Amino acid sequence: MPDRRTANVLLAAHLRLTYVFLYGPIVVLMVLSFNRAGMPTTWTGFSLEWYAVLARSPDILSAAVNTLIVAVASTIIATVLGTLLALGVERGRSSGLLDALLFAPMIIPDIVLAIALLSFYTLLDLTLGLHSIILSHVVFNIAFVCAVVRTRLKHFDHSIVEASIDLGAGLFTTFRRITLPVIFPGVLAGALLAFTLSFDEFIIAFFTAGAGSSSTTLPMRIYSMIRFGVTPEINAMATIIMLVSFTLVFLSQRINRGTIAGG
Amino acid sequence: MTGNAVIGLEDVTRRFGGIAAVDAVTLDLLEGEFFALLGPSGCGKTTLLRIVAGFERPDEGAVLLDGRDITALRANRRPINLMFQSYALFPHMSVRANIAYGLEMERLARREIVRRVDAILAMTELTALADRRPAQLSGGQQQRVALARAVVKRPRVLLLDEPLGALDKTLREQMQLELKRLQEELGITFVIVTHDQEEALVMADRIALMKDGRIVQVDTPRTIYESPASRFAAGFIGMTNFFEGEASEGGMAITGLGTLAVESPLPVGTRCALSVRPERIRLSKGARLDDCNAVEGTVTAMAYHGQDIGLHVAVPGMERRVLVRIPASEDGAAGIATGETIWCNWRPEHGRLLKD
Repeated sequence: MPDRRTANVLLAAHLRLTYVFLYGPIVVLMVLSFNRAGMPTTWTGFSLEWYAVLARSPDILSAAVNTLIVAVASTIIATVLGTLLALGVERGRSSGLLDALLFAPMIIPDIVLAIALLSFYTLLDLTLGLHSIILSHVVFNIAFVCAVVRTRLKHFDHSIVEASIDLGAGLFTTFRRITLPVIFPGVLAGALLAFTLSFDEFIIAFFTAGAGSSSTTLPMRIYSMIRFGVTPEINAMATIIMLVSFTLVFLSQRINRGTIAGG
Repeated sequence: MTGNAVIGLEDVTRRFGGIAAVDAVTLDLLEGEFFALLGPSGCGKTTLLRIVAGFERPDEGAVLLDGRDITALRANRRPINLMFQSYALFPHMSVRANIAYGLEMERLARREIVRRVDAILAMTELTALADRRPAQLSGGQQQRVALARAVVKRPRVLLLDEPLGALDKTLREQMQLELKRLQEELGITFVIVTHDQEEALVMADRIALMKDGRIVQVDTPRTIYESPASRFAAGFIGMTNFFEGEASEGGMAITGLGTLAVESPLPVGTRCALSVRPERIRLSKGARLDDCNAVEGTVTAMAYHGQDIGLHVAVPGMERRVLVRIPASEDGAAGIATGETIWCNWRPEHGRLLKD
């Protein structure tokens, strides 16, 4: 039987291996995006050339702009709706069914949601394009924003709302000066999460974008490029996307952990 | 100092799911008085407070302010402020901003707001803490901020929901006198909700005792303590001894103990209880005192409380021990020990006969 020390050493080794397995491929991808030669196997020197190639490519730039439009628009809409939803749900009586329905868009496989939305749009005779991607992203983003804001509201002392009214404020003033500032870290965290999710979302965008390249987003662009093999510029783009996502998720976590009392 | 009714409650009823939390309450709160709503938890005192504040709408009855019906007026339009049990300070604002909030809602001039906030900060000794956030304050300091925030608006009535509940005992006793002083200084009507009878006795000019949504008795602390109107009132406020029996000619008859003299307003034969406060009982050894009711028993326990000594006396034929409190400084306690036989005496006017 191994003693405690051996057990600890083994556990530590296991932890390291897990991290290598998780992050090894990503690190390799990032390193290769700076490789001068376009080969995935041999290192021929540091270069930012592939990033320059990206910046010169009109296809990729227009896809990036599309992605930003979709991410920003769907984030704004989902944040407003999701926050209001969270406020309403937390005020009402708790209901298991309602909770399940609110969580569903987070759990339903993307492919199912994608097909469902596509059929729905076809049924409505909706022309597909950027707007239909935005709409689709709003659907699942509402659920995420709502979930994040609700966590915040769990620790929300509702007597401060009554205190504000008692001191002479109307309902709108109370929302603007008391409720919103107190739950704002949650709202912002939800928005950042929504932005991240929309920014690198592929399947749903792919299904609801419709024909034509005018509504191609970055992940869709990458997918179409990858059919001709992994090129260093894809590595470069993936690195950028990953950095954006990582930064936003990190910020979102930091902000939401930030003390509610500001102390 | 006290005078006209500021708040009038007329037959106010509020039901939750068919159960009346407040049941046909009629009550006047007077100008400049310190009023306590006292009762066990669940008696409806907080609901009554919230009705006055405007957070609950009564199902029946009316709320009057200076004789004007304000039943339909919303909380933010009433010149009445509530100090919440949890203090409900705004966590994202400094102490100063918390206090200024109510004045900003009145759209007062900036200079006027600063002047009044500074004055109240000084009055509540919070000036040094003005820029802190609530989370950086102790419980006692938070309580003062909550008080300052409500008082700075100069309300006609200040409602306080268990204001001292979250504080420890020493701080609580100190704050009781502080609140009383502040109330006298401001001349605002204070209405405090509490389940702590001692708190009510110390601070209030008048106490309304509540039970099951109804007001049982409204009186000064002294009257309510010395002349409780019901068995509930006698038992809830302070400690007391109950002797069970039947009203008889000139007093109350107890099976096995004979008749105890007391002024009896009750018809002969009514089941009733005689309430005698522990501190009204005088002890004597060997013989009973003259002109007194007396029961004889054995001392079963003695406890030293500092200023006074508490005794339990077992009286044959009585289920409960008789409680006696005598001042520790008096010689009366000197010769008494557990296990001794002793007489408990009290003058007839110190007993109070109450219907069951």
